[in-house]
Amino acid sequence: MKKISISDVVFDLIKWTFLIFMTLATLYPILNTLAVSFNDGMDTLRGGIHLVPREFTLENYRTVLQKDNLIQGAIVTVSRTVFGTVTQLFVTALLAYILSRKEFIFRKPITLLYIFTMYFNAGIIPNYLWLQKLGLINTFWVYVIPGAVSAFNVLVIRTYINGLPDSLVESAKIDGASHFRIFINIILPLCKPVLATVAIFIAVYHWNSWFDAMLYNGFNDRLTTLQYELMKLLSSVTSQGGDVESMKHTKSMVTPASVRAATTIVTALPIVLIYPFLQKYFVSGLTIGGVKE
Amino acid sequence: MQLEKSETMEKIPEQTAPNSRLAVWRRKLKGQKELILLSLPFVIYIIVFNYMPLIGWTMAFQKYRPALGFFEQEWVGLENFKFLFADSNFLRVIRNTLAMSTINLVLTFTFSIAFALLLNEVRNKYVKRTMQTISYLPHFLSWIIVTGIVMDVLSPETGIVNEILLALGIIDQPINFFADPKYFWWIVGFANVWKSTGWGSIIYLAAITSINKELYEAASIDGAGRFRKMWHITLPGIKPTIFILLLINIGWILDAGFEVQYLLGNGLIQSVSETIDIFVLKYGISLNNYSLATAAGIFKGIISVILIFTANKLAKMAGEERLF
Repeated sequence: MKKISISDVVFDLIKWTFLIFMTLATLYPILNTLAVSFNDGMDTLRGGIHLVPREFTLENYRTVLQKDNLIQGAIVTVSRTVFGTVTQLFVTALLAYILSRKEFIFRKPITLLYIFTMYFNAGIIPNYLWLQKLGLINTFWVYVIPGAVSAFNVLVIRTYINGLPDSLVESAKIDGASHFRIFINIILPLCKPVLATVAIFIAVYHWNSWFDAMLYNGFNDRLTTLQYELMKLLSSVTSQGGDVESMKHTKSMVTPASVRAATTIVTALPIVLIYPFLQKYFVSGLTIGGVKE
Repeated sequence: MQLEKSETMEKIPEQTAPNSRLAVWRRKLKGQKELILLSLPFVIYIIVFNYMPLIGWTMAFQKYRPALGFFEQEWVGLENFKFLFADSNFLRVIRNTLAMSTINLVLTFTFSIAFALLLNEVRNKYVKRTMQTISYLPHFLSWIIVTGIVMDVLSPETGIVNEILLALGIIDQPINFFADPKYFWWIVGFANVWKSTGWGSIIYLAAITSINKELYEAASIDGAGRFRKMWHITLPGIKPTIFILLLINIGWILDAGFEVQYLLGNGLIQSVSETIDIFVLKYGISLNNYSLATAAGIFKGIISVILIFTANKLAKMAGEERLF
């Protein structure tokens, strides 16, 4: 017989209060930003906008789409996300394959060489000066070349390859296939799930990057990124100076805050639409890869 | 290790020459030509981009001037480090860093664990999955977006937090959260909670699925309620995971993050908002004092490495070998 005890009822009450509070606290600010992005800028300043716009307008989005810097930022962000993800995924997987070969005599030293980089960093200034010496400052390449091979991602893929049956590689080798062939024809197709996981990690990183754009290419508007443009909007709102640029382009009443809301939605939208479908990949990736993000 | 040894043993009888080990090694090298060639670019790459910049650490021991060449710099020994530790600003940023990372650690751990434990008690699969999917969302948003949201939510004019506090009669004047230093560390802490609770709970939910189901049945027979089962079976079941994650995070204690503080900080509250990373950025980029910035960076790097190795040792002593 199932009897309902008071402690179970209290427990359920606490459980649902906490979970519903967390869910609402997660969703509300995002839905609020969405409402503000569709609401007249001056009207928003009066307060009281929660989940639905009061004075509906598309003016905020029109302003966003007219900003040259934002368009340029979008082009750069999409380029670095696509190009960076494809190339970095390929080289990361190749290194993971090399380091998964147990017979390889330099396996240990190379693995350590990469693992150390997870734990220390020369620091902002030495890195900057070094990249300057290499001629990468003020170029697109500074977004994709340094940091192209993350030790963590290598370990995630290597763990996965280690779990594949060894006989696959062995029999291909007996047939005379080279390692590179084996990697391309056998390993890559078998690694699809883990590659999807790592691709998500790399793509999200590129999509959300802004600090490298500010630090390395801050004076070059042609190399700006979406998030960096959003950051500039954010600081123009907080400094209360108003965004003159956004006022110039339109006669309607847009405010820096409403333009920022629209920009936030535009920047977040692609990720928000895609991530729920990739859930099984990043969940399993985190579980194999161990712990750190 | 084990494997290589036995291979060598097998091959020794074939070789009668005294330098047989060398010969084996040479043969191995030859057989692995392709792997060596393939790995060569990776070795060069990591040395060029991760190890060569360390040359810049010499700046910390110089009175560095960008216009001069390496051999023309004036060497000053440990003077930059001495200056740093005599600087009350530097001691303050260390305090801020430690305070914020401790608050972050405690809050994010508590919330992730609580979320995982309670979500695990939801029977309806559809509800559970929906809540889980929503909880991952903030992880995918950049800090730029998240700090923007935090500012909106806490705004004295239009923010929901002030609105609720006023409606409940807890305050009678809206609070300007970003003008008073006493709120800042907690704002950063809860911003981290907002961003990472769902993502952080993934690993605990995975650990929960591996707990033996019979334990729950046995507890039911003994008449344990839902709370007691969660407290006495689920929580101890994920204890090793919690423990190892805590150890790892202690290694990162000087990384309070800098994006949040950089984006949320302002002149009124900089006495509590500046972390070591921001200090480095300020001296290095705004004040052009590369030597001091590098010295501060080295200090942070060395302490972090010591902490990480200690944490790793402790983890090994505790019987976990997950770090490296």
